[in-house]
Amino acid sequence: MSVQTWTFLFVGVTFSLYLVIAWLSRVSDTKGFYVAGQGIPAIANGMATAADWMSAASFISMAGLISTLGYAGGMYLMGWTGGYVLLALLLAPYLRKFGHYTVPDFIGDRYRSNAARIVAVACAIFVSFTYVAGQMRGVGIVFSRFLEVDVNVGVYVGVAIVFVYATLGGMKGITWTQVAQYWVLITAFLTPAIAISLDLTGTAIPQIGLGSSLIGETVPLLEKLNLISADLGFASYTEPFIGSWDKLNVFCVTLALMAGTAGLPHVIVRFYTVKNVAAARWSAFWALLFIALLYLTAPAIGAFARYTMLDGLNGKTEAELPEWFNSWERTGLILWMDDGDGRLTYTGGARADENELFRSGNLGAIRIGEIKQGHERWLAGDPAGKNGGAVLRQAGLSGPDQDIIVLATPEMAGLARWIIALVAAGGLAAALSTASGLLLVISSSVAHDLYFRILNPRATEAQRLLVGRSVIGVAVVVAGILGIYPPGFVSQVVAFAFGLAAASFFPAIVLGIFSKRVGTYPAMFGMIVGIGFTATYILGSVYGGWSNWAFGIGPQGIGVIGMALNFAVTLGLTPFFPAPDKSVQELILSIREPEGAPPALEIEYSSEAE
Amino acid sequence: MPHTPDERDPRVADAINRYWKKNLAIMAVLLVIWAAVGLGAGVLFADTLNAYHLGGYPLGFWFAQQGSILTFVVLILVYAILLNRLDKKHHADLEEVLR
Repeated sequence: MSVQTWTFLFVGVTFSLYLVIAWLSRVSDTKGFYVAGQGIPAIANGMATAADWMSAASFISMAGLISTLGYAGGMYLMGWTGGYVLLALLLAPYLRKFGHYTVPDFIGDRYRSNAARIVAVACAIFVSFTYVAGQMRGVGIVFSRFLEVDVNVGVYVGVAIVFVYATLGGMKGITWTQVAQYWVLITAFLTPAIAISLDLTGTAIPQIGLGSSLIGETVPLLEKLNLISADLGFASYTEPFIGSWDKLNVFCVTLALMAGTAGLPHVIVRFYTVKNVAAARWSAFWALLFIALLYLTAPAIGAFARYTMLDGLNGKTEAELPEWFNSWERTGLILWMDDGDGRLTYTGGARADENELFRSGNLGAIRIGEIKQGHERWLAGDPAGKNGGAVLRQAGLSGPDQDIIVLATPEMAGLARWIIALVAAGGLAAALSTASGLLLVISSSVAHDLYFRILNPRATEAQRLLVGRSVIGVAVVVAGILGIYPPGFVSQVVAFAFGLAAASFFPAIVLGIFSKRVGTYPAMFGMIVGIGFTATYILGSVYGGWSNWAFGIGPQGIGVIGMALNFAVTLGLTPFFPAPDKSVQELILSIREPEGAPPALEIEYSSEAE
Repeated sequence: MPHTPDERDPRVADAINRYWKKNLAIMAVLLVIWAAVGLGAGVLFADTLNAYHLGGYPLGFWFAQQGSILTFVVLILVYAILLNRLDKKHHADLEEVLR
């Protein structure tokens, strides 16, 4: 069978599985949307949290990012896992004890302010939408690359699938579907990693393979990689703090990602669905353990693939190039613009001018066709031709696309065709699980925080349900449109969303739990200053051409300064404003008290409640 | 229904505050380790640590891409065990106080 047939088979089977699970969870869940006391077991919730958290970006792009960045890739690994420690220690158990639905709920109740609640709702919706657009695009990309259908067709299919199980199963259906999606995505990620590790180092465990040497050699793999990189003009793979990634920026980005992770609404909301406070703690442990399986493997894939690319492609002629190169050249993720000697050269850094490997990036198929034609002519000595390499270099498209690392690893390791298909199913699982979790947050933010808590507190359950269902319908469609017409800044905005969450939510929630003294106005001023400064700096850097004037910190790490400002403003103003009243003091005490947590909640959205 | 303590009762409030102080102490220790390994060994001292090796890994690089993640998992595990044990003690403490 061809790769395509296998892919259709795998995608069909996994999609049916998700729908069956959603259907079963629906059938067993007829008692309305709260389903009191029926908490999800901590280990299953941990698995669902892991699938929810690991998006298409974690699955497809992260290993590639590490592969290009070397040491500095560690900031994503540390940031996105270290955040769970903050979440588990500082937030999860207390928010579980608080026992309402959403993050804006906590902010609004603790600070006794609807204005604060609305700010929190706006942040939650903004963060969730930027994320979900990226996921839908991810679904489209996986479809187009593996099944050779149009990207937009992939987005339509993704929208339809998510719509069905997000509306059928509610939070329960989504949770159990995510458990299944976790298994699909982790199997799809680990299998090629183990195979390529065996292939290169003879060790089945990729994390050990990364620390050993190539078969038949005594020099450690990482050292060898450094030598080859230096030879080809690239920066050292393991040496920290090279170029723009100096110590301060790596530190700030890591910390911003950590605090941002802890402040992201679709992760926090997961801790409301477990039985009690103790289960919330266990759930955080399981979640990080399951996430760590992928995050500890990604650096191994990154380094193995880097070695395979540098060592396996350089100096090869057309006929000598490996099979995987040819199959991925068709997708435009990797392009070879020869300089005329018939041998491929892949260099960078100091030797960037000699590099012949590129990617098509956002250039359309027509433009790429023109460039290729011009290049052919140029090679043939036609004065009308133009060196395609020079054109692409000028467009900033030097080097292969980072997504190729994960997508092509199975072929690099010479694995069977069905494993390649498995990776496609894994990428889709990662994208769909995150998208459904985010859609639920959007739905609950609007139906619960905005509609019920502010606009119409007397709404009946039926009315709230109707609003919730409409919102999820609209949100799926909007997400689909954003996936079909992606604003160019989606990927950047996703990275910035962490900084914004770190500068706004994180200090307000932490101080809300750990201080009885901080009142409404200091907290609100703090949030406004924090998010205002961070947003202005990001916009200034991206659109205004600012030159990182705050100590040379780039826009990705500036959330740390915003967070520090937030803390400073809040704590500095606190002595001048009254302490919270007695009922809030009691609320704080009851959050700290582990006894008597209210029963587990289902997010108030499930079609059974009619 | 587990018994729901009344926070307005001063004896209960005292018990909660005792529990809270112990909780803060555990948290402080774990967060210091978190910062020392993740931000310290993984970032601030990564260049210095790279002079040493763990198998084929330069040590700073290992902390940034492997060691810190492993440490984080263990930290949450220890936290869950210690705090859930502390919760049980607190439960007994409350029953004692309210008897």
